[in-house]
Amino acid sequence: MDQKRSTLNLFDNIDLATELRLGLPGTDDQPEIKISISGNKRSSSEIGSSTCKDEEESSFSPPAKEQVVGWPPVRSYRKNILQVKKTELETGSGMYVKVSMDGAPYLRKLDLKMYKSYEELMKGLQEMFKCIIGLYSEREGYNGSQHALTYEDKDGDWMLVGDVPWEMFISSCKRLRIMKSCEARGLGDFL
Amino acid sequence: MPTMDPNRKKSKPVDLVDSVDSRVELTESTRSCPFPDEVLERVLSLIDSHKDRSSVSLVCKDWYNAERWSRRHVFIGNCYSVSPEIVAARFPRIRSVTLKGKPRFSDFNLVPEDWGADVHPWLSVFSSAYPFLEELRLKRMAVSDESLEFLATSFHGFKALSLLSCDGFSTDGLKAIASHCKNLTELDIQENGIDDLGGHWLSCFPESQTSLEVLNFASLNSEVSFDALEKLVSRCKSLRVLKLNRNISLDQLQKLLLHCPQLMELGTGTFMQELISGPVTEFKNMFSNCRKLVTVSGLWDATPLYLPVIYPVCASLTFLNLSYATLQSSELANLLFHCRSLRRLWLLDTVGDKGLEAVGSCCPLLEELRVFPADPFDQEIFLGVTESGFVSVSRGCPKLRHVLYFCRQMTNAAVATIARNCPDFTHFRLCIMNPGQPDYLTKEPMDEAFGAIVKTCTKLQRLAVSGLLTDRTFEYIGQHAKNMETLSVAFAGNSDLGMECVLKGCPKLRKLEIRDCPFGNAALLSGLTKYESMRSLWMSACNVTMNACRMLAKEKPRLNVEVMRDEEGSDDSQAHKVYVYRSVAGPRRDAPPFVLTL
Repeated sequence: MDQKRSTLNLFDNIDLATELRLGLPGTDDQPEIKISISGNKRSSSEIGSSTCKDEEESSFSPPAKEQVVGWPPVRSYRKNILQVKKTELETGSGMYVKVSMDGAPYLRKLDLKMYKSYEELMKGLQEMFKCIIGLYSEREGYNGSQHALTYEDKDGDWMLVGDVPWEMFISSCKRLRIMKSCEARGLGDFL
Repeated sequence: MPTMDPNRKKSKPVDLVDSVDSRVELTESTRSCPFPDEVLERVLSLIDSHKDRSSVSLVCKDWYNAERWSRRHVFIGNCYSVSPEIVAARFPRIRSVTLKGKPRFSDFNLVPEDWGADVHPWLSVFSSAYPFLEELRLKRMAVSDESLEFLATSFHGFKALSLLSCDGFSTDGLKAIASHCKNLTELDIQENGIDDLGGHWLSCFPESQTSLEVLNFASLNSEVSFDALEKLVSRCKSLRVLKLNRNISLDQLQKLLLHCPQLMELGTGTFMQELISGPVTEFKNMFSNCRKLVTVSGLWDATPLYLPVIYPVCASLTFLNLSYATLQSSELANLLFHCRSLRRLWLLDTVGDKGLEAVGSCCPLLEELRVFPADPFDQEIFLGVTESGFVSVSRGCPKLRHVLYFCRQMTNAAVATIARNCPDFTHFRLCIMNPGQPDYLTKEPMDEAFGAIVKTCTKLQRLAVSGLLTDRTFEYIGQHAKNMETLSVAFAGNSDLGMECVLKGCPKLRKLEIRDCPFGNAALLSGLTKYESMRSLWMSACNVTMNACRMLAKEKPRLNVEVMRDEEGSDDSQAHKVYVYRSVAGPRRDAPPFVLTL
């Protein structure tokens, strides 16, 4: 039975300026994009003023930037070790996904393997982000609460969390996003 | 006895340079000092600090000569500031050399390969001048296997080799050292760009090698023969520092510790056991004989299951390096509960603010804290520590003097509080990882934070700034940082004024390194009279032109003004990377094509 619902219309109304994605699209991992901004005279003053730009939300949001050579100042040796460890962690037994919450400037990472049910996941998220998500219900979706939890599945579609059995969910979930409940309404409407 | 003038001006470079001819012979008629040379030399031989020795050498000719004959250790902070020939001519009886090469920003890939700092010319001269050389400590030097082989075979009494942040060699070079240096007491290999071809080098230590006191191979990846290692450790009864690499498992560590109860510093290796053959209690007494242990590092893969094994030695630890162990806050808290005597602590930011609260509550004697980022390049992730963790530590650890702190958010108010709590800072390096980031609460620049630091912490010697900073920060630094010797600046400032303030206002400034700042020619040239009293200046991705550099070079012939050409060759009138340093050796003769000496 096809459990998926089309979510294509969901993002039409979303202001993409609030979609905080840093770095080039598709580069979730951290390979250094050695686009050096050294030698570019404009760079430093640009950076100085870019954090005060008005085009972003009024709450501070870091401007999109390429990776800068030699910044942060972490020695090559240490960088290599951390990269090895990170790779081990991600290919190991954990199941780490990124979690973003609308309005929060930074993402968090979560190990899905730590949870055994939707309830536990919600609890974990609520603690992490200090918000109330509430449980998904077939009929109401997340209409009862301020926030709704969505996830990006293997095919790149955004779905409401709680739709599918837990096991199916953790095997297809690539990323989580806590949205404002009103914006997630679109998802639930496609019944 | 002539007394030394405490107000001796540092208008001349003092490390090794002065105008006195090192070959001057004294005659009776020029002697002003009543002491025979032998007595004076004997007295002066008790002075270790190279700064004191520099002072001594400036008193008069007698003292200069007595000092140069009695000096056993020479420290060369910039290998291009002097030549090996000059060193050998002035100091005939050196047994130990410390040599530093590349500018510090080479650690962060800002200096191209093949820039220089080759140790070989030094070794060539030393092989004839100092055949009895015993110790060599190198930092940021280019070292080849040939050089290591040359070292191992040319100096028969050679004892101690330390390589930190060097590159160009492989484990084959280490084989040469292990095989030939019969009196080796120290082999300290740290964080180098080494070509790891395997662990066979360790097996090259002959059976007759029993004098090792320091063995550090923690940064090498290949597996060594455990059998060879165990035998080596058991026959070296004076071993006091042993730092193992990640391949050494927990039970192998246990075996090793049985052989060296006298150990003072231990790098534990992985601290994990893949296949649990027995209960954890098997390891419970592993450290019970290590009564002299004061430093522990490594713990690469330590988990809550095995960490408690180390608790019995924690009470006497003074330095704990957890900067490669991904501990969470509770694991750290449980560990630190036992570590009340800690003076130095290095951590990964996985411990979070909660972990730092534990630091504040458990370690009242803490003097040094370094918090490294576990995920420095993933800009989206918010993990790690914030201003709150730093404040917690400052509350519980008023003796903090030395801090390196990587974080993603900070406020002026927090830093002001920290400065009030810890007025004794000598080294303060704060790295807000997002370039140009303001106070995240007030959205203001971080000027007041560093203002608070320089105003309150009068003993500050080293400062690294970050975040959104205007010229104001540098005004504060110039006004207040009177003991500051090293300053690191990135993505900061508005105009030349910033750099000018620092150059004008900081009398003890020795090293200034700047990247990606809008400082230009006026700023560069404002330091015209200052640079000779400094070790070096680095400026990259600023607004400096070639003409200004040429002008500086012309006005100050005792400075080497080097410009590194950008490979893209975008704009030849801009000086993309400038490195200025004083030297008595004249311009470099080994400069690669991309380094222009003006």
